[in-house]
Order: sequence, then C-alpha cells, then structure tokens
Amino acid sequence: MIQIVDYEAGNLTSVKRALDHLGIVSQITPDAKTIAEAERIIFPGVGAAGSAVRNLRERGMDQALCEAFEKGVPILGICIGAQILLSHSEEDDTDCLGLIPGETVRFQLSDPTLKIPHMGWDGIEITQPHPLLAGVRPDDMFYFVHSYYLKPEREEHVAATTDYETVFASALMRENLFATQFHPEKSGPPGLDILRRFATWEGNPC
Amino acid sequence: MLSKRIIACLDVRDGHLAKSVKFVNTKNIGDPIAKAKEYYEDGLDELVFYDITASSDNRNIMIDVVDRVAAQVFIPFSVGGGIRSVEDGRRVLLAGAEKVNVNSAAVKNPKLITELADAFGSQCAILSMDVLGVAPSAAIPSGYEIVINGGRTPMGIDALEWAKTGEELGAGELVVNSIDADGTKDGYEIRLTRLIADAVGIPVIASGGAGKPEHLYEVLTDGGADAALVASMVHYGEYTVRSLKEYLHQRGVRIRMCYGTTERADC
Repeated sequence: MIQIVDYEAGNLTSVKRALDHLGIVSQITPDAKTIAEAERIIFPGVGAAGSAVRNLRERGMDQALCEAFEKGVPILGICIGAQILLSHSEEDDTDCLGLIPGETVRFQLSDPTLKIPHMGWDGIEITQPHPLLAGVRPDDMFYFVHSYYLKPEREEHVAATTDYETVFASALMRENLFATQFHPEKSGPPGLDILRRFATWEGNPC
Repeated sequence: MLSKRIIACLDVRDGHLAKSVKFVNTKNIGDPIAKAKEYYEDGLDELVFYDITASSDNRNIMIDVVDRVAAQVFIPFSVGGGIRSVEDGRRVLLAGAEKVNVNSAAVKNPKLITELADAFGSQCAILSMDVLGVAPSAAIPSGYEIVINGGRTPMGIDALEWAKTGEELGAGELVVNSIDADGTKDGYEIRLTRLIADAVGIPVIASGGAGKPEHLYEVLTDGGADAALVASMVHYGEYTVRSLKEYLHQRGVRIRMCYGTTERADC
C-alpha cells in the first residue's frame, strides 16, 4: 500500500485519483506513525514552502519521512514535496529536510516574454538513467507549475533537467528517493507511467 | 521551453454539454465526461468547464461532473461559472479541478481574485474576461470594454486596464474572450489578444472565434497567446484535437504531441 503524506499542502486527491485509475492501492494519511511504518510513500504538495514545512513539523512528519528514508522505503516527492527534500528553500527562507543536499531558488529570468511561474507543458532531458524514467520517450512533456526550482549540490542527485532559460533539475534521485518538479498525476500517459513504475519499484536507483 | 497549449472549453448546463453562439441559443450537444475523455486521449493539454446552469439548486450536478472527469482525465482542468467565494472554489478543487475560473463575479467583487489567490495560490486563480470592441473614449481608451452577464451588460471598464488589475490582484492566468469573435468562426481577435499579452506578465489564453487551424496558428504567434481555447471546432467533429496539434507542429509551433491512454510498453 502506498501512503500519501497529508500535511495540508494543497490538492492531494489528484495523486490518489491517478493511483486509483491505475488500480494501485493507496491512502491519504495525516499520521506520522503510519508514514514511518509505510512500505511506500508519495510526498506530494502544492503551495508555499514555509507553511508546508511548518505543517510537516507540527505533525512530526519530517522525522517520519527521514526515518522511512533511512530504512530504504521507496519515496516519491512531487513539486513542493520535491523542493522540501533539499536542505533549504529561498521561499519564505525555509530550512527543509536536507535528504538531498542543495536548495530551492527562485527563477531570475532576463527574457521578458518568459513568465513566472513556469506553468504548462515542458520536456525533460534524462541525465542519468533511472527505473522510474525508463518509459519516458524523447518528445514526452510533463506538466509544471512552479516559481522556484530545484538546485541540488551534486550532479549525482540529478535524474533529469529542463531548460527554462535556466537549466534546472526537473527530477532528483538519491538511493530509494525519487522526486519530480513536475506533476506526474497531471501529465497524461507518461506521467501515469512514472506512478505505475513507482508502485513496484524496489528503491534501487539502477 | 514551454509548449503552447490547446485548451478545450466545455459549457455544461445541468450536467450536459452545451454550446452557445454569442452566449444565446444554447443547445445540448452531449456528455461532457465522454467528451473530456475523448479529448484527453487525443492529446489535449487542458480543459475548461463553464457551468452555465441557471439554477443554483443544480450546482451539485457540476461537482459530480468534475469528480467523474478527475477520475479519468489526467491533465489539468479548471472550472468556472457560479464561483463567487473561496468556499465555492474549494468545492471544485476538492472535486479534482486544478484551477478555478472567475469572470462576472470578479468584476463585481475584484477582491475575490485576491482571496482565491491567497487561499490556493495564484496558479489556481484564472481571470476570464468578456470583451466587446467599442469606439475608444476617455473611459475606454483601448477601445475594448469589459462586459458581463454573457456579454449583455457593458461595465464601463477598459479591458486592458482590467487585465493589468487582474494580474495585480493575483490572477495567475487570463482568458481573453472576444464577444465580437465568439461563435463567428472567423478567427480570434488577434489585436486584442496581442494588446493584453504584451501588457501582462502572466499567461494569456485566447478565446472566441476559432474556426480553422490557421486561426490557432495566428493567435499563438502574431497574437502572442500562450494558449488557444477551442470549442465548437472540435465538439462537432469538424476537427480533432490531434489534427490541430499536428497542423501547429508542422508549422513549427512548439506543441506537446501525446496520444493514447495510460499504458505504454516498457522501453
């Protein structure tokens, strides 16, 4: 069973609906103990980093997620759920979980025709093969909505990049942890494919 | 680089798909859920549902439509019509919509845009504006006026000013709907779309007048739009979403090409 972390960070039902459609059993839980003992975790979220991390700490979810990571439980972070995995976010100057060294920073774009947030469909370039991205085709696009981007310290933690004037990490990987800046649950067939692969992924990065 | 989006607009009345011409003479043309699914499988990028149900007693029917669409369509979609408060917005978001869409209610109560943006984030708050071409005047220097109530009531507000105000109040996207072009199939109002796209820093969705694939090309290039809204062009089977995308792709517009449903073979 996949446990979806409920920490009042936006619409969690989209992920649940996508998993239901794929016939994958999941539940949304606000309970830290359930997360600490989960066999598989999705950490979604939309909204602002500051309130998201505050809600997470109030529930003891930060500890639970770190415990689960240490145990080797497969974890998938999505959007804010990906940003919070890094050490720090510029948004609300927020200290985050630090499961992957690096920070989340705001887009600074010089081209006035480019808009912030980076919202809509964009491609990804896979920089390191990963089992969850094995079904991605060269022309596939994914749905993004974000004003801040993932900037991990080490290249080994980047699974894919996207170019929006700035080339940023659109997917992160570290051992049993995988995270996407885009929303697989709203990205049509290639997005659903990532969720489907996650449901059986053993947590091994290669 | 982001792709340009094609968005299908579904007017829903009492749970049925309706198509209006110049906002009057609406008629039932099918099941919105089946249509949404068909377009999704054909590679559509996004959907907009406008609830044009006359009676507020029937609003729950719309929530049910949203819920059923969200269970089988995995692209973003927004819901508009009848959203007058944060609570109304919350209901459609919880039912599975990605964004909410406000129009007349925001003209009457501009604070609504800020309230929605504060509650759910700007990316959730779309401002739709119905625009009518008028003779330029001191009050309407751009020659484009905001109208409400389906185009029947002129508001004495300049559309260009309203677009900028909407952005300042927190709207994350603008739908610019030309009442003059709506239903004509003669093409989008390119000048209006460009005027607004150049003046704001948020995405602009062009609406009203699409009849041929060239019209989409024009508004996404000359018109400066980030997305093109289509309705009757695809509702009656005259064009498929896929054929529109292939056309734009061939003409060099960056477009997402993706068809089919869930399953794909392991590579």
